[in-house]
Amino acid sequence: MVTLTIDNRKTQVPEGTTILEAARSIGVRIPALCTLPELNHAPGACRVCVVEVERSRTLVASCVYPVAEGMKVKTNSERVRRARRSVVEFLLSDHPQDCNICQKHEHCELQAVAELVGVRTIRVGRTDFTTHRIDDSSPSLIRDASKCINCLRCVTVCAEVQGVSLLTPEGRGFDSKVVPAMSANLADSACAYCGQCAVVCPTGAIIERDDSDKALAALEDPRKHVVVQEAPAIRAALGEEFDMPPGTLVTGKMIAALRRLGFDKVFDTNFTADLTILEEGSELLKRVKTGVNLPMITSCSPGWIKFIEHFYPDLLPHLSTCKSPQQMFGALAKTYYAQFAGIDPRDIYVVSIMPCTAKKYEASRPEMCSSGYRDVDAVLTTRELGRMIRQAGVDFVNLPEDTYDAPMGQYTGAGTIFGATGGVMEAALRTVYAVVTGKSMPSLDITPVRGLAGVKEAAMVVGELGEVRVAVAHGLANARRLMDKVTDGSANYQFIEIMACPGGCVGGGGQPLPVSNEKRMLRAQALYLDDGEVQQFRQSHENPGVKELYEKFLKEPLGEMSHKLLHTHYVKRGV
Amino acid sequence: MNRECTCEGKGVNDEFTAEQWKLVDDVVRKYRGKPGALIPVLEEVQSITGYLPESMQRRVAKGLGIPLSQVYGVVTFYSFFTMTPRGKHQVRVCLGTACHVRGAKRVLEEMERKLGIEPGGCTDDRQFSLDLVRCVGACGLGPVVVVDEETHKQVKVAKLDAIVDKYRAESPTAEE
Ligand code: SF4
Ligand code: SF4
Ligand code: SF4
Ligand code: FES
Ligand code: FES
Repeated sequence: MVTLTIDNRKTQVPEGTTILEAARSIGVRIPALCTLPELNHAPGACRVCVVEVERSRTLVASCVYPVAEGMKVKTNSERVRRARRSVVEFLLSDHPQDCNICQKHEHCELQAVAELVGVRTIRVGRTDFTTHRIDDSSPSLIRDASKCINCLRCVTVCAEVQGVSLLTPEGRGFDSKVVPAMSANLADSACAYCGQCAVVCPTGAIIERDDSDKALAALEDPRKHVVVQEAPAIRAALGEEFDMPPGTLVTGKMIAALRRLGFDKVFDTNFTADLTILEEGSELLKRVKTGVNLPMITSCSPGWIKFIEHFYPDLLPHLSTCKSPQQMFGALAKTYYAQFAGIDPRDIYVVSIMPCTAKKYEASRPEMCSSGYRDVDAVLTTRELGRMIRQAGVDFVNLPEDTYDAPMGQYTGAGTIFGATGGVMEAALRTVYAVVTGKSMPSLDITPVRGLAGVKEAAMVVGELGEVRVAVAHGLANARRLMDKVTDGSANYQFIEIMACPGGCVGGGGQPLPVSNEKRMLRAQALYLDDGEVQQFRQSHENPGVKELYEKFLKEPLGEMSHKLLHTHYVKRGV
Repeated sequence: MNRECTCEGKGVNDEFTAEQWKLVDDVVRKYRGKPGALIPVLEEVQSITGYLPESMQRRVAKGLGIPLSQVYGVVTFYSFFTMTPRGKHQVRVCLGTACHVRGAKRVLEEMERKLGIEPGGCTDDRQFSLDLVRCVGACGLGPVVVVDEETHKQVKVAKLDAIVDKYRAESPTAEE
């Protein structure tokens, strides 16, 4: 342990602690912009965190400077305040002053720091920001280099957490900016569109493409019958947009809010999550029996799909051919539901609320039109929905709870846990076990696949199938680890679940900001609560609505109709 | 990248010879797996190929098993790496103070127009590269334009045609 004094208060911290962390541990919050301690990201780039250390001639960056025995630190001297202010002023001198119309307004860390340190004038200014290129080539994300403060958080997240390593600082000095190699557009690169860079970006330099105007226009159009689906992870996070504690389950209020916004029917992606389990479970059984293309790998995360298409194209046959629940929903809304309600599918407009920026891209993939129309018309992130609800003047927190519409609103606990890493695996095993053995698993909780460990493994005996070995990974860098094992043949699993985002969709690129591992955990807990205590059924094959769908429309899993509407193929892309 | 091509620039328009590719691969092989290899590899590769276009960077990235973005970051960070080819003739226009007051700016603009490139660029036929310099020690005789080893003094805009043509004539573009 090391003893030091911070602002005249003595404290003890372990050796190797930075001054910033030491200060935090005694309740002194030093402003910081570039560092991201959860990812060990401390490039010392912004210098907003400078403090005074006795006997040191210059101010030091507290996010990288380790504590030392007897050290005396001042975090709030005149000299420090002045330095901080000019550091932030300098950052702002190369930054557009258009906070009012920026999507990150009030969620921007630069803005918050400027307010905190009290910048009131910007003495040097430049006006040629527009010389920086805006990259709006992707359906998911928009990058605006003029708002970049070169904190390099996106570079770290993309390389270390996502294993994509797409981004790099280009050039050096004041005009340096962060780009994909060759300064390519995102659309011409191997970007997974996962949006994890947007989640960590402190400013508006990386934001989601906002499609809410498209949805609002459809809602305004009297000829359109607008239906909405929400991914499982939304109900566990939307409350945060309205300052509710992280991990609050807001299913009923969310449904009520969507009705207030004018959606004709409020359905649920969880319904097609259950359906996915029946299709994917049947597919798994078939593959295990024939031994072809094992291990089978899940296909519901579009960020993951784009990643494997670029980086492991040879492994594409291992993917389940199942579309994601979002796309299954779209295809059925314009066929099954259209028939059910007697509405011309041409007039049905499908909006998805997703935790995910890659879902915008998925919906735009050319093959996603098996209903004869674009299966999903507009995809909005949790953040976009939050803005829409606020804009409509709806008092979310005090809304009375509402319930889903038929016939695509029923779900089971198995469907809802899709939103957390390991959830698809758990849901699939529950149903596969029941199908093979004719009875439910003794305990429906499969805890080894839950939680935030990067790669999780489990094995269980499933009746006549014998031992089934599975693995789960979240975050594409972890997926890479598993795929390397599949490639070299050292992975002896039958089934692998991959989610592109850390924590699974609860930590998706479109979720409320800011995010942390603690929040990911709390959101996941909300889903396990929904599964364990709220839902009547906990196994996908028990979903009455899905049973009805098979009886009336699809007939059987992997049948002809399913093949047409619910399954898909993949594209070899390379890097 | 959404392209399926895996030839890494070695297609029909490949500007490097089989011999050059082989030398490049040898360099990469020599350093593979060694820490801190990237900068020396790029130095050696650039000395073989003259510059580091995308195709070369991809080859190095793949050979060393590192992300392309990392290669690109290093190439753009150090000014001695270049992604534009060098022309046969290096045209350098002096913009030092003395030349500047004698109208070097106009000389530069006219040279840019004539060659159709900006400083740092290279003409499509790879005949000329254009660069700026700050004083070459001939201040009394500005504006100064240096082509390869030869210093042209008191250059007037009207004289530029003659200068450029002289070098172009020396090495006519090879028609293949
Ligand atoms: S969206 Fe994902 S893959 Fe693309 S740059 Fe951002 S972090 Fe990297
Ligand atoms: S784009 Fe955002 S996260 Fe990336 S370096 Fe710039 S400010 Fe930081
Ligand atoms: S893990 Fe979920 S949020 Fe992330 S890319 Fe996949 S589907 Fe989207
Ligand atoms: S937070 Fe310390 S230098 Fe940026
Ligand atoms: S300023 Fe041009 S030669 Fe000195």
